[in-house]
Order: sequence, then structure tokens, then C-alpha cells
Amino acid sequence: MVNINEVIETNQMIEKENLDVRTITLGISLLDCADNNLEEFNEKVYNKITTKAAKLVETGRQIEREYGIPIVNKRISVTPIAIAGASACRSPEDFVTVAHTLDRAAKSTGVNFIGGYSALVSKGMTKADEDLIRSVPKALSTTEMVCSSVNLGSTRTGLDMDAIRLMGEVIKQTAEETKDRGSIGCAKLVVFCNAPDDNPFMAGAFHGVTECDAVINVGVSGPGVVKKALEGIHGEDFEVLCETVKKTAFKITRVGQLVAKEASERLKIPFGIIDLSLAPTPAVGDSIADIFEEMGLERAGAPGTTAALALLNDQVKKGGVMASSYVGGLSGAFIPVSEDAGMIRAVNDGALTIEKLEAMTCVCSVGLDMIAVPGDTKAASISGIIADEMAIGMVNQKTTAVRIIPVIGKNVGDVVEFGGLLGYAPVMPVNRFSCDDFINRKGRIPAPIHSFKN
Amino acid sequence: MRRNHIKKTGKEDNMKKAIITVVGKDSVGIIAKVCTYLAENGVNILDISQTITGGYFNMMMIADIDESSKQFSDIADDFDVMGEQIGCVIKMQREDIFDKMHRL
Repeated sequence: MVNINEVIETNQMIEKENLDVRTITLGISLLDCADNNLEEFNEKVYNKITTKAAKLVETGRQIEREYGIPIVNKRISVTPIAIAGASACRSPEDFVTVAHTLDRAAKSTGVNFIGGYSALVSKGMTKADEDLIRSVPKALSTTEMVCSSVNLGSTRTGLDMDAIRLMGEVIKQTAEETKDRGSIGCAKLVVFCNAPDDNPFMAGAFHGVTECDAVINVGVSGPGVVKKALEGIHGEDFEVLCETVKKTAFKITRVGQLVAKEASERLKIPFGIIDLSLAPTPAVGDSIADIFEEMGLERAGAPGTTAALALLNDQVKKGGVMASSYVGGLSGAFIPVSEDAGMIRAVNDGALTIEKLEAMTCVCSVGLDMIAVPGDTKAASISGIIADEMAIGMVNQKTTAVRIIPVIGKNVGDVVEFGGLLGYAPVMPVNRFSCDDFINRKGRIPAPIHSFKN
Repeated sequence: MRRNHIKKTGKEDNMKKAIITVVGKDSVGIIAKVCTYLAENGVNILDISQTITGGYFNMMMIADIDESSKQFSDIADDFDVMGEQIGCVIKMQREDIFDKMHRL
């Protein structure tokens, strides 16, 4: 039987340390909606999403109420639209109509984001893939809830440099199209290497073609809980530090597992995975950077930060794996700049640069995330940053991502406000030396030698 | 044989237990009020414990809500209102969240 101290501990985590379930994401396959006729396709997509997700938000709220744990986001991910819509859409404009349909469906179901306006082009682009990618600026500037992602490479295929070059331009155009709102379109657009099929987190969530018809994936959170636990062992050795992170991650993940199983049962939709990511928010006390500071670094970005992040990421996985029957998605620590008050502080204090963030992405779950750069950063430079990050993912057989926002009209030292969970970000400097001639080469970077495992 | 005596019945195994917590500065009359409400709504109290942490009075009840005529969320809503009236926080949560977090 539970005892009062356990009850107090759990409720303290929820009330004072920002413990929550970050997202219940319902993955829905749209492969059976494929149609030659665009209108028919849009109608089928709308009907399938609104039917499958009809009770998602209501069920999430019930679970929140009964267990007393906040479930911050209820979201939907769908089959990459470049695949599902390949026969219906014959131009970028056609794809934009699908984005509008997704937006309407999201609003109708009450979720706060829908992901899957995506293309998987790690080795090459079909015409549909290219049309979808070219439609992204228009799609993201004329919708509110739609998130877009593009997989540009993998360990098995190498890097599609043509698509990487194109994405640099698309990110710039998206920034331009949403310049009246701090170029927020780019906050809803992420590029990947080794994108997982079952990621519940936005902006990169899509329902992979390897998945079943519908599936529940859950993302947990809890940087505040880890920070608080570490405060209790201040100055102890690394063994105690690691054990504390691991035990805390176990507890956090068990709550995620409970919520996932409960949602799955109530919605009669199979449970997919728990994503173990420690996801920060701009709220005070919900920061990954604060954990580094508690570990003994003056600021995130100080020498030792990569080691601290490697330790954190690994212990979160070790604790989390034991707590969940199926683990997937991105699983690790997120280091978004704008969504983490401690990271913002580190940038403002001059402790954290894009180059250090790039190094940190070698040992954590994602990549360069929610980084604002000057609006006049060249498309080729953005492609260069993307290529670097994709190369890290390709060679290290891990997921990496880039969500970068060239904020039109802003320069280094300015601040851009996105609002809500997306937070605010100081504009960071980009290396001004050119990579144009490298990026303008055509073709692919081959897969690395250690990918040939057959 | 002894094992048979302590074996749980099927009902207990399936029983949906709720944890009710009351956190506040002062305890006079609070327990009585919560218990009266539970009795009136057919909720059986299985266990009560209390402690003081950080100057706050903490009480926990383990309750069986199977026989209650009210929905879980309605009882939780009523406790929200009651808590506001008497100046403390009263929460009702399903037991599983504590059980899963602290037990293998």
C-alpha cells in the first residue's frame, strides 16, 4: 500500500517541480486516404483524422483529472503528406490545400499541433517530395497548427545534399513569409538525419510508414524534478550523481507509461512507445541548463558541458528503459535554446555559442533546436549548418535535427518572442565565412563505411 | 494454509482505490468535513495517515470509490470547491500514479 511520504513526494514533483506528461501524440496513418482526386483526398484525410482523434483531447483531460498529473499537449501526427498525397497533389499549391485540411482537422479535434507535413528524402526526392518541400513556406504561413519536417539523410543512405541546399532556401522563405510574427514559421519546421518513425514531439512528429493504422505515443518531461533531486546530493561523487538521475528518470517514466497505457485502453488504440526525452519549457525551474548548473557548471556552455550532457542523457535512458515496456522516439535530453530559461541566460551571458551547441548534439537526443540567427544569414550558410548537423547524425548513427530561425529584421543581440511553449530567443551570431561553393555542389554525400553491416 | 488467509479476494484485487490528500495550515474540522462528505457519497475509507511537513498539515486517505454513486471527476470537483471554502488543498487521485512511481 502506498504511504504518505510517497504521495507527498509525487505531488511535490507535480506541483513544485513541473512534473508533467509533455504530450500524448496520436499517430494516424493516412496511407488508406490516397486518391487521384485532390478534393477526395482532402475529404478523406479530414474525416479520418477527426474520427480517429475525436476523443483524444477529452480522454487526455479525464486522465489528467483522475491522476492529478498535467498532460500539457495533446497532438496528432500523420503519415508524411509527401507520401500519402503523392497521387493527389501535382504542384506545391495542391499540397498547401492539404496543409489547410490538416489545420482544420487539428482545430476541430482541439489538439494544439498536428505533425506530418513531411517528406523523407534521405537519398533523393520524388516530384511529390520536392513539391511538398517547396510548398512549406506557404503552408506554414497560412496555417496555425501544422508542423513540418524533412528527413535529409541517414546512416544507411548518406546525406541528400540537393535537399539540404533546397531546405536552406525554404527555411529563409518561411522566415520571410512569417516575418510579421518573428519568423515563427521556422519554429514549426525541422530537418532531420535518421528521423524516427514514432517521435511524439513537435515539430518533428510524423507517423512513419512502418507503423500500424493508429498508435499512442507519449513524451514525458521533468527537468525540474531531476534538478531538485540533484540539489539533495550537492557535491557528491559521480556514482551518486548518476544513480540519482537514473532513479529520478525511472520515476518520471513510470508516470508516462501509466498515462500511455491508460490512454491506449480508453481510446482503444494500441500503445506505441514512451519517448524518454527530458523536455524543458520556458517556465522557471523546468530547465536542462539549470541541471548543468546544479552539476557544477557556472553556465551551460562552460567547459565540461558536453560531458555533463552525455552523463545526463545516458542516465535518463538507463532509468527510463527499465520503467517502460517500449521506448522509442528521440529519447534523451533536449537542448532547445528558446524553450529553456537557463539556456537563454547562458546565451545572453556569452557562455553558449552555436558551435558549442553543435558539440553538445553529439551526445544528446536531438540537435540544434530553436536557435534564432540574424535574418540576413544566407540560405547557403543555413544549409551548411544543417549539413554539419546531419553529418554528426549520419556518422554517429543517431538522430540529429536542426530547427533554426533566421529572424527577418533582427540582428545579434536582439530578442525574438514566440510565445507559449516556444518561448523567446536571443539572436545568436553565425560564422560569417562562406560555404557557398561547397553547398552548391550537386548530389549526395555517400553513407559512411560503418553503415555497411550486412 | 496461512497463505490462503491473507490472499486477497477478487474484489480487493479489482478495487479502484483513490488517494485523497488534504494539505493546509490547520486541521480543525477539516477531517470531519471530508469524512462526512465521503460517508454521504458512499466512499469507504480504508486507511488514514497524517504528517507535518514544512509547517503544513498533510493528511492522506486511501478510499474505495467503487460503491460511490458519483463519478470520480465529480468528487474531485467537489473537493476543489470544499478546499477553497476551508482554505486548504484537497485532491483526489487514482492510487496507480503513486503505486507505479514508487513500486517495481
